[in-house]
Amino acid sequence: MKFSRKALGIPYAIFLVLFVAAPLLVLIYFAFTNSNGEFTVSNLLGFFTDPNTLGTLCYSFAIAFVTTVVCLLLAYPTAYFLATSGLSNKGAMIMIFIMPMWINFSLRITALKEILSIIEGNLAFYPFLNSVIGMVYDFLPFMILPIYNTVSKLDPSLTEAARDLGATEWNAFLKVTLPLSIPGIVSGVSMVFLPSMTNYVVLDMLYNSTYIMGSLIGSYFSAYNWHGGSMIALILLGIICLFTLATDDLTEEENAGRGGALL
Amino acid sequence: MKKKIFGLIFIVLVLVFIYAPILILAFYSFTNASQIGAFQTFSLKNYVTLFNTEELREMIIGTVLLALGASFLATLIGSLGAIGSFYSSKRVNAFFNTLNEIPVINADVVSGFSACILLVVVLGIGKETFIPLVIGETILCAPFVYLSVMPKLKQMDPSLYEAALDLGATPAVALWKIIVPQVASGIVSGFMMAITLCLDDYFIATYTKPATFDTISTYVVNATKGSHTEIKTALWALSTLIFLLVLGAVLIMNLKSVRDEESKR
Repeated sequence: MKFSRKALGIPYAIFLVLFVAAPLLVLIYFAFTNSNGEFTVSNLLGFFTDPNTLGTLCYSFAIAFVTTVVCLLLAYPTAYFLATSGLSNKGAMIMIFIMPMWINFSLRITALKEILSIIEGNLAFYPFLNSVIGMVYDFLPFMILPIYNTVSKLDPSLTEAARDLGATEWNAFLKVTLPLSIPGIVSGVSMVFLPSMTNYVVLDMLYNSTYIMGSLIGSYFSAYNWHGGSMIALILLGIICLFTLATDDLTEEENAGRGGALL
Repeated sequence: MKKKIFGLIFIVLVLVFIYAPILILAFYSFTNASQIGAFQTFSLKNYVTLFNTEELREMIIGTVLLALGASFLATLIGSLGAIGSFYSSKRVNAFFNTLNEIPVINADVVSGFSACILLVVVLGIGKETFIPLVIGETILCAPFVYLSVMPKLKQMDPSLYEAALDLGATPAVALWKIIVPQVASGIVSGFMMAITLCLDDYFIATYTKPATFDTISTYVVNATKGSHTEIKTALWALSTLIFLLVLGAVLIMNLKSVRDEESKR
């Protein structure tokens, strides 16, 4: 056979079809069947009629929303001050902020748990507060990095022009810098919002119980209920798709995935 | 000036939030305290336990081997996939890009759960064979390798490959001697990214790992819930060691980039 560069992609194509596309199809199949293999919509109806699961959905939206807002409020000023400071070695500074990404999250959350336990006593008394603290602690670097990347690439002469034309410093920031940094904000938000709806292990570690969407999959998994778990996974997948479609137009950097930010 | 001081204070506070827990834990890892705040005396017993407990040692070595293996596999097929996709027609290229994007945006819980259903429930591959675990981690990492190699291919000058062919190289030799060296930096950073993702992964591992095997993440999650104090404090030592390792790597990378810049001048 003649050597062709195209042929090099064949193993990966097979891999993607077998292990990326096929699991999703299986997921759909399991979500709409019962344990006898018969077609059913009871898993779907069950989700939307059970107050517990609906409550979990709302609760995880609330946690994800508050986490994202807090991350943004902490990350934007940090990234902005870093990017606009006159420091000579900004690359090293930003490294300090994103270094925690390379330390295993479970060890970092252990550290956080020890400290919070000293301050609060029993962490289960304030589940919402501690969930948000844990999530922010885990995801903050993923918000700082994309915002920093966007703000540091802004042309400083734009703000100067606004100032020369009579805008106050605050107005120049509000009307020039902030709108131009929206791509960074959006990619940061998408890296924080979705994980904080699903990453139940952070809460599990902090106070041994969890009430977000991801944990429903976990509990179905422990009960060997593949059909119920598939339905939850499918609903999450739907939310992820909607969210991605909504944010896609707003981001420039298409590769700014969770790991795309790592290196 | 006021803005500068405010900015400085803000940055310092965020740094305290990020690093205080890690540093306090690091301090207590060198004592014989069984919980934070109960400082007694300097001791290296946590480090001794960490290296002498078989269970802990196996868990650490297992995690590293798994990360290396899965990352190697992911780098191999991901890089080849990127090269193949780059030279294919637009439609094939779009097919690759779309499927590649799925694990990137998908939640780890969903990826792990669906991989488990397909491999373990439908195909009946036993978890104790490690096959579901390795495939699961590869699903997580390979798309990021693909994404880091692709831009390097786009930046490449296509005429170099043509020139090599004109000068008599076979396509395979031209690929190995011309294309691979030019995308090498993308392959290396893809590999590094794969290692980081693998080491940090919890969800794929929980859903696909054999019951008797633990990665650092799954082990620590279970250990923090348990009441086994000796293991718990030994994990403080592990946390400190990993922190120092990462700090060292970051320092070296920084020094290198500073030196590179100086040599450019």
